[in-house]
Amino acid sequence: MDWSFYAQELVPALNQGLVKTILLIIPSASIGLLMGIVVGTLRAYGHPLLRKLGDGYAGLFRGTPLVVQLFVLYFGLPNLGIYLEPYTAAVVGFILCTSAYQSEYIRGGLLSIRRGQLLATQALGFSRIQSMLWIILPQAVRRALPGCSNEIVYLIKYSSLAYIITFIELTGEGKILATKYFRFTEVFLAIGLYYLIMVTVADFGLKKLEKRLYIPGFGKG
Amino acid sequence: MTITENGPVLRAENISKVLGGKQILKGVSFTLKKGELKVLIGPSGGGKSTLLQCINFLIPPDEGQIYLDGEEIHIHRKRDLYAYRQKVGMIFQDFNLFDHLNALENVSIALRKVKKIARKEALERAMIELERVGIGDKANLYPAQLSGGQKQRVSIARALAMDPEVMLLDEPTSALDPELIGEVLAVIRNLAQDGMTMIMATHQIGFIRTLADNILFMQEGEIIEQGPPSELLMAGNATRVQQFCAKMNELYEEPEI
Repeated sequence: MDWSFYAQELVPALNQGLVKTILLIIPSASIGLLMGIVVGTLRAYGHPLLRKLGDGYAGLFRGTPLVVQLFVLYFGLPNLGIYLEPYTAAVVGFILCTSAYQSEYIRGGLLSIRRGQLLATQALGFSRIQSMLWIILPQAVRRALPGCSNEIVYLIKYSSLAYIITFIELTGEGKILATKYFRFTEVFLAIGLYYLIMVTVADFGLKKLEKRLYIPGFGKG
Repeated sequence: MTITENGPVLRAENISKVLGGKQILKGVSFTLKKGELKVLIGPSGGGKSTLLQCINFLIPPDEGQIYLDGEEIHIHRKRDLYAYRQKVGMIFQDFNLFDHLNALENVSIALRKVKKIARKEALERAMIELERVGIGDKANLYPAQLSGGQKQRVSIARALAMDPEVMLLDEPTSALDPELIGEVLAVIRNLAQDGMTMIMATHQIGFIRTLADNILFMQEGEIIEQGPPSELLMAGNATRVQQFCAKMNELYEEPEI
């Protein structure tokens, strides 16, 4: 077996790609989740007009392939005079896509909270925003967390689409190498292993978060 | 209107409400004087719950006015509405505790977030209220860990912490197991004896007989009879209340309070 290919070519290239992948995932996952919470809340409890807008947004971004969205951002927007760097286009695309999915999980979590609690906040003199912020959302987020974690796991894997719009991350680095040396099997198995490790680490962290947020009556301890 | 010594704390005038095409309330009026306990009884679907929820605008009435201390409440002035609701405590049939907060936090959250009281002070006040309803030792438990009677007592403490002028109680014991009704009624009895102004929907006849100042009998969206229990519940009086209560007595045995 030719170890020097692994040590001198594959691992350094993939590590370099890994850093870029992580740079994609962290802002996309965190901003995407926050935006998903806002959009989900508007879709569940917002003014009817905002609700419609939110539904339209989620419908559009869940209903079209992510590749198409990335192409529009990177190749389409220049027609309107808007030029995005590959990295920016990728992060913007991921945020828009992931927050559409997150909003759906959050909306489900919100709708699972009994209406009586909302009445109780109103009876105590809470404003609408106060009761969302302090009473309804903290519960809805706990209920939605397993689904939201799932979406983050998806995001880790679909971040590979960034290489299609020329941002060379983990999959991109691997593909270049595989083509150059014509060693597709080993390279893509190695890429798979990298993603598996990333997902496992993320899963571990998210489970820990779930445990930290545990409250009697909400899921398992 | 000026506030006189014995003027009503709360006055509801001509409250009407249509829900789902059905006229639930047909111009209901009543007043509550300071320290008075009025009881709403009557068949289910008669509008008791809707009336109570109209009083603090959880259900906005279609017509009619609500006055607190002689001042009319306008639902569209949000700030005034929120301030008014802080002065009107509400107890629900199914408690409606906040599931993610323990008993102490359930009582203190509105003090902190609505009344903007500092955390330490709010927690101290909450503890006093939990002790007042006899569950100081349960302060750190979450709703999922409390019995129905304990949950209802937390919800009473939560309302009391806001220093309400009036309390609305919507069948506070109807969702409880029979052996837990007594502990909640005992708390409400103490409130009544301490002079809390209250209007309460309930079917606990023994409680009504001993504590209510007035009975309002509601049927099909109207108050069709009202008067003190001594009058309306007197055996032999052919009142609608008397008939109704005789039926209730046949159906349920009441715990001693």
